[in-house]
Amino acid sequence: MKIKSLCTAVTLGALAAGPAMSAGPTAEMLAYTCAGCHGTDGSSVGPSSPSIAGLDEAYFTDNMIAYKKGERTSTIMMRIAKGYSDEQIEQMAKFFAAQKVMGAAQKFDAGKAKKGKALHEEYCERCHEDGGRDPTGSGPLAGQWMPYLREAINEFLTDGRMQPRTMKKKVAKMIKENGDGAIDDLINYYGSQQ
Amino acid sequence: MSKINRRDFVKLSGGALAGLSLGFPYVAFGATRRVVVVGGGVGGCTAAKYLRKMDPSIEVTLIATDPSYKTCFLSNEVISGERTLDSLTFGYDGLVKHGVKVVQDKVVGIEADKKVVKTAGGKSFAYDRCVVSPGVDFKWESIEGYDEKVAETIPHAWFAGPQTLMLRKQLEAMADGGKVIIVAPPNPFKCPPGPYERASQIAMYFKHHKPKSKVMILDPKDAFSKQGLFVQGWERFYGYGTDNSMIEWVSGAGGGKVESLDAKSMTLTGQVEEFKGDVINIIPAQKAGKIAFAADLVEGDWCPVNKKTFESTRHPGIYVLGDASSAAKMPKSAYAANSQAKVCAAAIVNTLNGHEPGTPSYVNTCYSIISEEWGISVAAVYTLDEANNMILGVEGAGGLTPKDATPGQHKLAVGYAESWLQNLVYDMMG
Repeated sequence: MKIKSLCTAVTLGALAAGPAMSAGPTAEMLAYTCAGCHGTDGSSVGPSSPSIAGLDEAYFTDNMIAYKKGERTSTIMMRIAKGYSDEQIEQMAKFFAAQKVMGAAQKFDAGKAKKGKALHEEYCERCHEDGGRDPTGSGPLAGQWMPYLREAINEFLTDGRMQPRTMKKKVAKMIKENGDGAIDDLINYYGSQQ
Repeated sequence: MSKINRRDFVKLSGGALAGLSLGFPYVAFGATRRVVVVGGGVGGCTAAKYLRKMDPSIEVTLIATDPSYKTCFLSNEVISGERTLDSLTFGYDGLVKHGVKVVQDKVVGIEADKKVVKTAGGKSFAYDRCVVSPGVDFKWESIEGYDEKVAETIPHAWFAGPQTLMLRKQLEAMADGGKVIIVAPPNPFKCPPGPYERASQIAMYFKHHKPKSKVMILDPKDAFSKQGLFVQGWERFYGYGTDNSMIEWVSGAGGGKVESLDAKSMTLTGQVEEFKGDVINIIPAQKAGKIAFAADLVEGDWCPVNKKTFESTRHPGIYVLGDASSAAKMPKSAYAANSQAKVCAAAIVNTLNGHEPGTPSYVNTCYSIISEEWGISVAAVYTLDEANNMILGVEGAGGLTPKDATPGQHKLAVGYAESWLQNLVYDMMG
């Protein structure tokens, strides 16, 4: 079904893009360039690159623009994001938001995941709804690669990545009340949802 | 096939496009479109997969010489013993699941006028469009005394496989205190940072297992890919620039150009002096793969193409991708071939459906691993300068790992390199 809809999209795109509209690449053409690191249609099979399929459109756009401006630290995305206009980023955001993410098949600690579930419900569920599956307004956490989640939380804890004040407070509270292991428990919980 | 060409046919049969958007398979009109892909590497596999993904009504046949594909990317880690060759070996089953017909045979000729591909196995494959992605071949004549036969004992290890394992075995057998010489090729060649990552990986192995041993790079060039970052890493881990450096780089201006090899005495003759090695690895000068020459697709050493579509400027209907194509300013790299293949596949799908090819977008990303926890990268986003048929990097974007990257970021890059390997392979054949 996915292939069929994509094919239609390509066809329609080509039809709509008569000679007058030959200005820019289609959303598919732009998004295909990401696949070498983030997997076909944004479902990553590598442990450190996050899946970007199914990302909330606004989250994708905000983060790409943050990379572009150097507001979100990165090893490589800063250099790549600068290669696209804001409009192109929005095109890609729409494309990836429409893709179904393939959950990362990975090993996790069932005991930690159980503890993580309880922590999630207490500290995180209000914003990261549906056990971290709902992508609205944030990166979906459930099913994401654990090494990436580890790095992403480090960005918030040590690299000064911008975050809502509520998140900062809740994470601090969680660590204070449950110790440093809480983060690992949470990551195992998200990794367990495949 | 009627005498009307395919594009005219689509234009004439007005209902065809409407039918396609309604989801009717194209075969309903009695006209199967056939694409034959020559080459089972990154360019060929990616093109085959994406052709089927973008238009499942196209019949795609991929002809590969080997039953599986071994990635060259990260194969320097096999040489250092960090990973096995098996971890870089991938079958074509994924492509079969996408509906690609995979044939194991060797293509010996392409008859552009008859639109037929001929194989060593005596088979003929008719096509409407042909994609050729043969990779590189060596200019054996570039170093006197080095040829295919000598390479059975003095490896090039520039295609992942038995050659890679041979170099690994020779390093293992070498006594501590020995010297390895890598002969780097002149530009352009596939994987521009490869020889320097290889030196790094060998030094890493020596550091832990044969600390008195050295690696020397003899180079006809005076500069190389990611040079500043390699030098920074070598200084940090391998004493580069000191008397005890494990790595020595001899530039072209410094006498690094090798003219001949005496295999018996393991001696290389440079422009100024002779160099003796305990293990020698020669990476010869390069040109497009054999089939590109046999099919008359080359001008000089490489295949000129329209960079909007990768269609050969010499033979319409044939598209050349990856290392064999003249795709400046994209480098000859796996990621570049993967990116080009998608541009090409989209162009073929558009053309076969009676549309003009769309505007391309291309990316290259490449990681090199200098030490266990020290990775570096280069990235670029490209657009087409159609008037000059040139692929240009978007200004202000791309570039190298910053020189002031933290050790933590270098460590992350090692993880990203692994993800890049997995995702690139998945995107080409998974």
